[in-house]
Formats: sequence, structure tokens, C-alpha cells
Amino acid sequence: MNNDELNKTASQTAEHFDEHCFVSGHTACAGCGQSLAARLVADVAGKNLMVVNATGCLEVFSTKAPETAWGIPWVHSLFENAAAVASGVEAALRVTGQIDKVRVIAQGGDGGTADIGLQALSGMLERGHDVLYVCYDNEAYMNTGIQRSGLTPLNTNTTTSPIGSNSSGNPKFKKPLLEICAAHKIPYAASASVGYPQDLQKKVKRALDTRGPKFIHVHVPCPLGWAAEPSLTLEIAKLAVACGLFPLVEYEYGKVTKVFKIGAVKPVADYIKLQGRFKHLAKNQEALSALQKVADQNIEYYGLK
Amino acid sequence: MKQFIEGSWAMAYAAKLCRPQVVSAYPITPQTHIVEHMAEFVASGELAAESVNVESEHSAASLVLGAQATGVRTFTATSSQGLFLMQEVVFNIAGMRLPVMMVCANRAISAPINIWNDQQDSIALRDAGWVQLYAENNQEALDLIIAGYKIGENPKIMLPIMVCVDGFILTHGMETVDMPTQEEVDKFLPKYNPPYKLDVENPMSLGLLGDPTVYLENRYALHKTLEEVIPEINKVGAEYKKAFGRDSIRLVEEYKLDDAEIALVAMGSVCGSIKDVVDQERAKGAKVGMLKIVSYRPFPGEAIKKALAKVSCVGILDKNISLGAAGAVYTEINSLMAGQNKKVSGFVAGLGGRDITPQTIQEIIKTTKNEVNACKFIGLNKELLWDEFRV
Repeated sequence: MNNDELNKTASQTAEHFDEHCFVSGHTACAGCGQSLAARLVADVAGKNLMVVNATGCLEVFSTKAPETAWGIPWVHSLFENAAAVASGVEAALRVTGQIDKVRVIAQGGDGGTADIGLQALSGMLERGHDVLYVCYDNEAYMNTGIQRSGLTPLNTNTTTSPIGSNSSGNPKFKKPLLEICAAHKIPYAASASVGYPQDLQKKVKRALDTRGPKFIHVHVPCPLGWAAEPSLTLEIAKLAVACGLFPLVEYEYGKVTKVFKIGAVKPVADYIKLQGRFKHLAKNQEALSALQKVADQNIEYYGLK
Repeated sequence: MKQFIEGSWAMAYAAKLCRPQVVSAYPITPQTHIVEHMAEFVASGELAAESVNVESEHSAASLVLGAQATGVRTFTATSSQGLFLMQEVVFNIAGMRLPVMMVCANRAISAPINIWNDQQDSIALRDAGWVQLYAENNQEALDLIIAGYKIGENPKIMLPIMVCVDGFILTHGMETVDMPTQEEVDKFLPKYNPPYKLDVENPMSLGLLGDPTVYLENRYALHKTLEEVIPEINKVGAEYKKAFGRDSIRLVEEYKLDDAEIALVAMGSVCGSIKDVVDQERAKGAKVGMLKIVSYRPFPGEAIKKALAKVSCVGILDKNISLGAAGAVYTEINSLMAGQNKKVSGFVAGLGGRDITPQTIQEIIKTTKNEVNACKFIGLNKELLWDEFRV
């Protein structure tokens, strides 16, 4: 049964959750890219869904006892173990004969996925659990106050990679998380952006209709951590794609099968000028060029033009 | 049916009889034989379960957490460093009120790295909110696993159970064990039917953020439930005795304490050696007895007080130490005995697999009678100590 057919069999839940399984009323910041993306993902999945959430903003702002914004079975355990907990949920569904009727999504932020949770994620992918892991990447530890993560871009000003006379921000390149996941030769791995909701939902649907382990890396601007206007979340997300810093690609069994062509490539300068975390680059040509080079290399590597 | 078998096999067999549906563990000596046997049961079709080989103990504990939250019975086992890697998940499982069953093959903690037995690993996790039961022999280990599931899964309890067995001494030791039949266990242990689980028909959120307005009450409820486990152990113990004929599910075991003047207190396999020495000393006319603690968490304070009411000297043998303080069991019993005009001493022995011989136990009895010590190490090789430590 594909996901659409499955959704027709869904049981009725509280009226409050009729339209969406992840609803408003939570305490996310205005313009939060992650909350938008999480709803887009949950909407595709429908009600025959179990969600395992890593510790992080999404967990904190959506499930402060005694309230919850989730109308589907949802569980949170710890920071780094969402993939392992989801493996257990999947094993239980398999052994009780429910695996064909219920989809499992594990989700976490960039730190919970690419740093502290990478081992558990690799284990889940290697073992072949029928789980979709979604990483909402806002490029730093936002829940603890904007500390640098392995997915923070080069030369980003964060609270643990601050700019100074000896620093132009984060000195490291963004970890190639999607490539790492795809290298497990899983059936489906993709990147998506909250700036392109239809593309994101198409990829989620594709993933949920694929059996085995799946991974989707979603770029989600964080107005607070990026020092950006909350009303510009989608525009900034689109610019990240348009400048080549966040390529939208799809992998099947370890091979790139599709890329989102950019067309008119925008300079990185257009993307960063809307964000306080890159403000220092306006006066630091060398650091800006280094970041532009990352975008250029992405465009060349994936053939985005 | 009585069988002469390896401890790990008896424990795995006990777990198998309880029909866990998801089993996950990570290899660590001396626990490995248990999960190897579980994998064999699944491979041969004797156990209808998902056996998942994970990449770490952290994920093993997380995986059984996820499966248990989805409404199935689970089993895991670990030891020493593995238990420590699981630590945050261990606390999390208790806080989420998931009755996971774990066997801990007790082993020393690094550094120095040491694969041999003491009880430092599980003792260090005593505050996690798990029921901790210590087995003296492999029969008890089997019994505690079967009864442990029943205690933890009671809808009014819903707490995880750690059955602690001395690594190598029990896990690799061969003993005669009376193995129950599947029918007997099915009759004793009802199907797992949790009051809450992940279910698309009845969606709920588990593992919520508890802010300062609710956290204290959560921890209080966990504590009070652990206290309720004390009568529950007695209740399930009586049921177990009726079903299987053995009196092994209990808070403590008293051994020749009726007229004793000196009592030794211990947990786990060393209690068997102590019983032998008690018999030898009694043959010589000494009024010695022993108190074995089976349930360390919850801590059965009243039962211990009652058992030790008449003795004048108490010697507590700890196979663990809270470095810079004293042995854990000593600390708690010494506080129970306050104002009772007894000589209470604490002894640390057997760390890292050092043999506890009849001579070690005799020395503890003698010292308990003649001195008062909070934390006396027994069996030190003075040749290996720095000069200033040779006292």
C-alpha cells in the first residue's frame, strides 16, 4: 500500500488534529523554518505515522507537558538516539505485523543528527530499518543558544565560533551529511528546503513509498540564530539554494539520480546580506570568497547549472 | 526439569520463556554468552522475536526503549562500560516508565581496564529508578528474570528491572538449574498489556518536556512507585513459590540469624561462600549469621532492620566503593542502624575479580567482632602498595 492509500485507512483522531497532525499553538519563534518544515513533512505522512523526535527545538516547543502539538503517536527519548529509538519502534511494528500499515519517521536537528546522533543514524541506515530520518538543518545548536555544529557553514558567526581579531567565524566546512548517509547505499536519500515546499513534500512522499531506510536533509532558516527577519524565512531558504550553498539533490542506492537545477545562479553575497550571522563578511572579502568557493564547488560537483 | 548448565544459558533460557518480542544488545564480556544464546533462539525459531544487532550499548538501550514504548516486551543485557555507555538511556527508560528487562553481568570499571567481577557497574546506577535485584546463583538469576517481568509490568508499577549477576562467577559458571516449562511460565506471566503505548488508533505523546511545575511530582511518583515495589516483590514472591516451588523472590534472605551475635551482609554470589564459612564458624561455636540483600533498589530498610534487630555486630561486605567515602551498602545500612548501639563495619573486597576466599570472610568476621571500621579493604597485597599506604 502506498502512503496515499494508507492514509485513506486512517482512524479518526481528535477534531483538533483533523486538518494537520502537527498543529499550531506550540511555542516556536515567529518565522521558524523548522516548524514549517515539520508540518509539511507530517502532512504528507498522514495519520498512520509514528514519530520519534530527538531532543531539540522542535521537541521543546511542541511538547511541553501537559500539552502536545502532535495528533499522531509521538515519542521523545534523548538527544542522540532518535535513530536507535526509531529502530526499536520499527522492530516492534515488524514483529507485531504492523509494519505495512504504519510509517515511522525519526527527526532531529543538525546537531542531533550530524554530530551527536551520527553513530545511531549510521547504525539505523546500515541495519536497513524501514524508517525515514528527517534532519531539520538550521546550521547550529539553536536550542542551547546558537553554538556551532558540524553543519554550520564556513565563516559563520556563532556563540562558539565568534568573530574577532583572530577569527572570521566558524573555521570548518559544513559536514557532508547527505553524502555520508547516501554512502550507506540506502534506497533513497535527498536534500530539500523549506523554501521549496512542494519539492520537499514530493520527496517525503517518495521516501514514504520506498521500503527500507531513507534520509532527507531539510534546510530550515532560524530567524533567531541567523539574526534574520522572521518574514524572510522562505526567501532566505530559496537564496541558499539559488547561490549553491544548499544543493537540492536525490540519491538512490548511493548514486545521484536527480538534481534541482538552479538556472540563474545568485552570488553568495545576496544570500548572506539578509543574515546577521554573516554580517562580518561584508568587510572581509577573503572570508566571503572562501564561502563563495564552497557554493561554486557545490554547483560544479552536482552540476547544478 | 533440572539441568547442569552454564549460567548465561539459564538466563537466556529464562528470558526466552518470557517471550520478549524485541531483543537488542551489544557484545561485552562477560555478558556476551547471554545475547549469543538469545540470537540462537531467534535463529532457530524457538523465540519469535526481532533480534537486532546494534552499533553500541547506547543504541541497544535506546532500541529496546523504542520497542517497549510501541507496546512489546523486550530484553537486553550488558556489563560494566556497556552499562555506563547506556547510562543516560537507563535513567530515561525509568523516567518514561517502560518495564524493560536487563541482565547486568556485573564487572569492574576501567581504569585500569578489567573484565573480571565486582558490582561497581550496577551500584553506580542505583539512582536511575530501576528495580535492582541481585542473584546469588543461577537458579536465582533464572527465577528473578521470570518474576522480574511480572513485577515491572504490573500496570501500577511500570518500572524497568535490572537483574544483576556476578560476571564469570555466575555467567560462565556451571550449576544445576531447575528449568521451568513454557506452559508453567505462560501460566505465571500474563501477556504484556501496557496502559500506554505508541498506537495509531489512540495517539499519544510520550517523553514530554517536564518544566519546574511538573518535574518534582514526576520524580516523587517514581520514588513512591519504587517503594510500592517492596510489597509487590513479596506478593509476586508468594505467587512464584506457589507456581514453581521456590522461595527465591524476596527482598532479603536471612541465613542463621535467629541467635546470631555477628551478622555479615552481602549481595550476589559471594553469599554462597559466606554461608559455607558461617557453617564452619558455627561448628566451632561462633554465633554468626548472614543477611543477603536481593532487592537493593528498592532498598528494603524495614526488612533489613528487622533481620538485624538482635545482632550486636554487623559487617557489610561491598564489592564496590564510592571512592572517597565507603562501600554503598555499608553507607545505607550504617545509616539504618543509627542509634541502635551496634558495632557496624564496612569492608571492601573482591574488586576487579580478586577472589573472596573463606579466609577473606573469616577475617571480615573477626574484624567485625573486634573493631569498628567504615571502609576497610580486605585482601590487599601490601607489596604492591606505596609505602605511605602500607598501614
